[in-house]
Amino acid sequence: MTRAVPGAAGVDAGPRRSGSGWPPVAFGVGLLALWELVVRLAGVPEFLLPAPSAIAEQVGAQFSVILPTTAVTGGNALVGLVAGFVLGVALALLAAGARVVGELVTPVVLAASAVPIVALAPVFTTMFGSTTEIPRRLVVTVVVTVPVFVATARGLRQVRPVHDELMTALAATPWQHARFVRLPGAVPHIMTGLRLAAPAAVIASIVAEYFGGPQNGLGSRITSAAANTAYARAWAFVAASIALGLLFHFAGLLVERLVTRSRTT
Amino acid sequence: MTTVHLDEVQKRFGDVHALDGIDLEVAEGEFVSLIGPSGCGKSTLLRVVADLEQPTSGGVLVGGKSPHQARVDQDYGIAFQQAGLLEWRSVVENVELPLHVHGVDKATRRSRAIELLELVGLADFAQSRPSELSGGMQQRVAIARALAPSPRLLLMDEPFGALDEMTRERMQAELLRIARETAAAVLFVTHSIPEAVVLSDRVVVMSPRPGRITDVVTGERPGVDRDVDDVRESSAFFSAITAVREALRKGHP
Ligand SMILES: Nc1ncnc2c1ncn2[C@@H]1O[C@H](COP(=O)(O)OP(=O)(O)OP(=O)(O)O)[C@@H](O)[C@H]1O
Ligand SMILES: [Mg+2]
Repeated sequence: MTRAVPGAAGVDAGPRRSGSGWPPVAFGVGLLALWELVVRLAGVPEFLLPAPSAIAEQVGAQFSVILPTTAVTGGNALVGLVAGFVLGVALALLAAGARVVGELVTPVVLAASAVPIVALAPVFTTMFGSTTEIPRRLVVTVVVTVPVFVATARGLRQVRPVHDELMTALAATPWQHARFVRLPGAVPHIMTGLRLAAPAAVIASIVAEYFGGPQNGLGSRITSAAANTAYARAWAFVAASIALGLLFHFAGLLVERLVTRSRTT
Repeated sequence: MTTVHLDEVQKRFGDVHALDGIDLEVAEGEFVSLIGPSGCGKSTLLRVVADLEQPTSGGVLVGGKSPHQARVDQDYGIAFQQAGLLEWRSVVENVELPLHVHGVDKATRRSRAIELLELVGLADFAQSRPSELSGGMQQRVAIARALAPSPRLLLMDEPFGALDEMTRERMQAELLRIARETAAAVLFVTHSIPEAVVLSDRVVVMSPRPGRITDVVTGERPGVDRDVDDVRESSAFFSAITAVREALRKGHP
């Protein structure tokens, strides 16, 4: 889990082609069946890999705990996602607006993309204390800011020359230029940044929990369950993490679709 | 008073003499075309008038003001080869853009934009998206946009260059009508000799390296009582075409 913040790579990968969702679902179910079969037939010890049925049983038994736990982690991810999104767009606008600012801000943000979040989490926890959610939200914010900044900056740079000329001929101020042309033109890029950042926010939110703070989120529960040799329970929380990640992924995809569609029709 | 006044204008890009010794006057309401081989400085001349490019030397006046002041005051409207509409704005919002930039209130700019869309025959498409319009329609929207601040001067750089021949002829008739109704002067860049002749009071012929004005031919711009198609079939039209063609050949042996 020394995953660095997702950066420039893949920002332009468009939304995947919308097709039937069934093949991947069928594939997933098949994989689970295979997993169950292998665990039972080969007698894999539980600490190594519990069977899906055992995990499902734990999900049912722990549901009243899983729900609020997921809400805590998801809440941190959401707050950080919104903050990082606003910050990323604002910084990119500043960087595009004034060259001096751009030369100052861009290297700093890109350097942030090289910082593994594991390095940030303990530092923030020491700074703000271990009884608040702030350090985690900050970690998420940093993780989200980078891809949103990179995508927005790219979108702002891709102004069609004819639009640039037009705004100059109209004697538009730099702010009008940004508001009428650059920013709306960059919206598809910004939305791609948001889509890429959304699942990363969940990962950051979970990983940040491994470094202190209140023991109320998915990351903390996974650690404590594993420490108590309750492997199936740990996996139940892992399953909840996956569900939360997918939720953010699809929410990001949905927002991107809705925004880009409303512009072309 | 003249709308455009160029006095010994020179423009260099490094070693390239894009414009050299350009003297040109465009009278109020006059339609002047610039024609010449690629690279002879037609766009550069237009851009100097529009204050998108600074002349290396020489004097430029637009409506008696400096080009910069004319640009800030939106004294001219401009249309390029590409319509350059903003895809995220509706057609009527695109026409409103110059007024929006100049802080005109919403109701005023909306009614003005609707009026202009009626002028270019696109009132029914006010709420459409630019992507729903054909190339010719988009170009008409761009012209309406250029006219929004009621400029006394219209600058056009090959606005019909990307259109097919039929659409192009229809657009020429439209432009003639619009120029007449608004009484705006037009400085018009084109590669088409018949287009220059049928639209213009005067056709300015240019030659490259250095970019110079080599000839000025009187065009066949139809008056109020005359149909464009009649002009296109008249012998005066053909002799003007021949005159422009010879002037082009002379400048480019
Ligand atoms: N920004 C620039 N930097 C350097 N050279 C330029 C620039 N703009 C124009 N030129 C040069 O100036 C000369 C005139 O260019 P211009 O675009 O005005 O020609 P044009 O007559 O409009 O040509 P076309 O018919 O192809 O549009 C050309 O040699 C061109 O390469
Ligand atoms: Mg040109």
